[in-house]
Amino acid sequence: MGDPVVLIANWLDGLLVGWGLADGWVTLIKTILGGVGISIFVLVIDIFLVWLERKFVARFQDRLGPNRLGPFGLIQPIADVIKLLIKENITPAGADKYIYNLAPIIALATVISLWAVIPLSPTMFGTDVNVGVLYIVAIGGISTLGILMAGWSSNNKYALLGAFRTVAQLVSYEIPMVISLLVPVILAKSMGINTIVSEQSIWFIFLAPVAALIFLISSHAELGRAPFDLAEAESEIVAGFHIEYTGMKFGMFYAGELLHALTVGALFSSFFLGGWQGPGAEAFPILGIVYFFIKAFAMYWVVAWLKYSLPRIRIDQMLNFNWKFLTPLSLVVLLLTATLDRLLINTSTWIYAGSMFFTNILLLIVLFQIMKRSGRRERKRVAEPKPIARPDGVRSVPTP
Amino acid sequence: MLNDWLFIGLIVLIAPVFPILALLIPRIIAPKKPHPLKNQTYECGIETVGDSWIQFKVQYYNFALIFLIFDVEIVFLFPWAVAYNQLPLFALVEGILFILILAAGLVYTWRKGVLEWH
Amino acid sequence: MTPLQILFILVAGVTLGAAFMVVTTRNMVHAALWLILGLFGIAVFFVLLDAGFLAVAQVIIYIGAISILMIFAIMLTRRIAQDVGSQISSGWGWAAGVSLLVFSGLAWMLSRWEGFHNQMPALDPGADPLIDLGKALVSPAGYVIPFEIASVLLVAALIGAIMVAWDKI
Repeated sequence: MGDPVVLIANWLDGLLVGWGLADGWVTLIKTILGGVGISIFVLVIDIFLVWLERKFVARFQDRLGPNRLGPFGLIQPIADVIKLLIKENITPAGADKYIYNLAPIIALATVISLWAVIPLSPTMFGTDVNVGVLYIVAIGGISTLGILMAGWSSNNKYALLGAFRTVAQLVSYEIPMVISLLVPVILAKSMGINTIVSEQSIWFIFLAPVAALIFLISSHAELGRAPFDLAEAESEIVAGFHIEYTGMKFGMFYAGELLHALTVGALFSSFFLGGWQGPGAEAFPILGIVYFFIKAFAMYWVVAWLKYSLPRIRIDQMLNFNWKFLTPLSLVVLLLTATLDRLLINTSTWIYAGSMFFTNILLLIVLFQIMKRSGRRERKRVAEPKPIARPDGVRSVPTP
Repeated sequence: MLNDWLFIGLIVLIAPVFPILALLIPRIIAPKKPHPLKNQTYECGIETVGDSWIQFKVQYYNFALIFLIFDVEIVFLFPWAVAYNQLPLFALVEGILFILILAAGLVYTWRKGVLEWH
Repeated sequence: MTPLQILFILVAGVTLGAAFMVVTTRNMVHAALWLILGLFGIAVFFVLLDAGFLAVAQVIIYIGAISILMIFAIMLTRRIAQDVGSQISSGWGWAAGVSLLVFSGLAWMLSRWEGFHNQMPALDPGADPLIDLGKALVSPAGYVIPFEIASVLLVAALIGAIMVAWDKI
């Protein structure tokens, strides 16, 4: 009824079978067209995201953003793409040619392949493979490899240093992200993302707000965006692992990062905000897409908000935060959710939801106290007067 | 189930096609004027000093190692989580035990100072 | 030939080719990348055998963690990642002889195995292998002891590796 994809699929079926093709070939052709369709769809949205990102950053910084080309500056991204396409490709001397060219391809291809398992509506998804969550983690791991390849092949020690730090950061933050993903899996009793979305009679953000928060923070760090953007710290190591990339190759890293940000928004909305769910979504799948994109773009706005409001943190602060705070916290949340789920196994939905929610709030309050105390301790330690050297060789502590 | 994976297999092959196209277009229309000065590696605008290798800092390796251990742990936990609803109470205890043993490992590395970055 | 067989032969060719390149390429980083391609081929084999979970576990652990560890180790400890000198060692005659012997022995043994003529037992259409795996991992009649010992093993590996790589500054 309101489902264009099923209509097109049925029409194609009729057409291809009418041409006398065997069943297997028909499935193959439909799948190929589906893959190409979703890739093009995602890339078109990516181009729109370039404009959206610049408008967001402009508004956060109290200015207008691109408004010269086309109505509201909408043609700006197309001009950017054309500019990048006609730039000269300067390959640095001594660079490993194959790896150097492979890295941006991997960076963009992995983000596009993430969209194969994200359900846009009850019937519109690439495939509902039963290990969807782990597939997402696996593709994330491959994109990390792409960054390492980019840094190494540039034959530039700053690129290599930037790549190492970025990979250390990405790899560290993957742990709390995946552990916090175990919570929706327990609550929905399945790893398939479409199943997780359809099981959300109550949105999981109300059942597990702390897990949602951990997922948001760690995926934000996985994106490599501020406040975790050591990789692109322009004043420190001048653009990190993609220093030596010019033109469209750099464009692909940039586009891949923006698309990844939207993908994180889409994933968060699928896991915790109920994905395509909304009034009337089951009957008219096209409404499902609308709800899905509203939620995905709302989360993208939250991610942009975090990026443009927070200062950068140092790498040792970042890694401490991960291993000493987020990882133990995510393990605690996992155990808490598992225990509560078992204890409240046969109670009514309201008691279940209410007690999970309040336990999480309690956990947040306890955490807040711990953070306050440790923040006070840290501030006292930093505010101690440090010894300075004097010209006559006597070290003294300045009187405050 | 194989049909589910057909889409994934195809998209893994189709997805790189678009970036490859995006790389081939500049190869055709962009100017090509290589010059030794342009091809030098970038070092904040000054001449490169020394070979392109960096000092061995064991921290990088340590963090990748801890990540590996926790990664394997998480992969073990996923089937447990999926079947969790249909398991007896004993399964919760086993899961807690599993996680606690690995948390002990994390505490060990924390106390040994491996998690510091110098 | 069914499409599955054609796919299997293609993937097997890619995996064997990647394994060959690992051993013969001169650049260590290239060898690591060829290894990653080979591991990817193994993941595809798992999918062909209807073991989706193992395929993603293979990619996550081998390609996402172990390969990165190996590449770190290579990049951090070698100044020149290039092998110099001949790729063929001096005792190559003995090596060729031994590998030919092992290969023919294995081929003869496998040719006498009836397993190749059996069909793969089909799973119940309603059974979810993932839930069965989860149940088997924690049931006392299943694999719960190996499950818990695996965690102890992981902690032991962690402590051991830190002892080896530790560099008190």
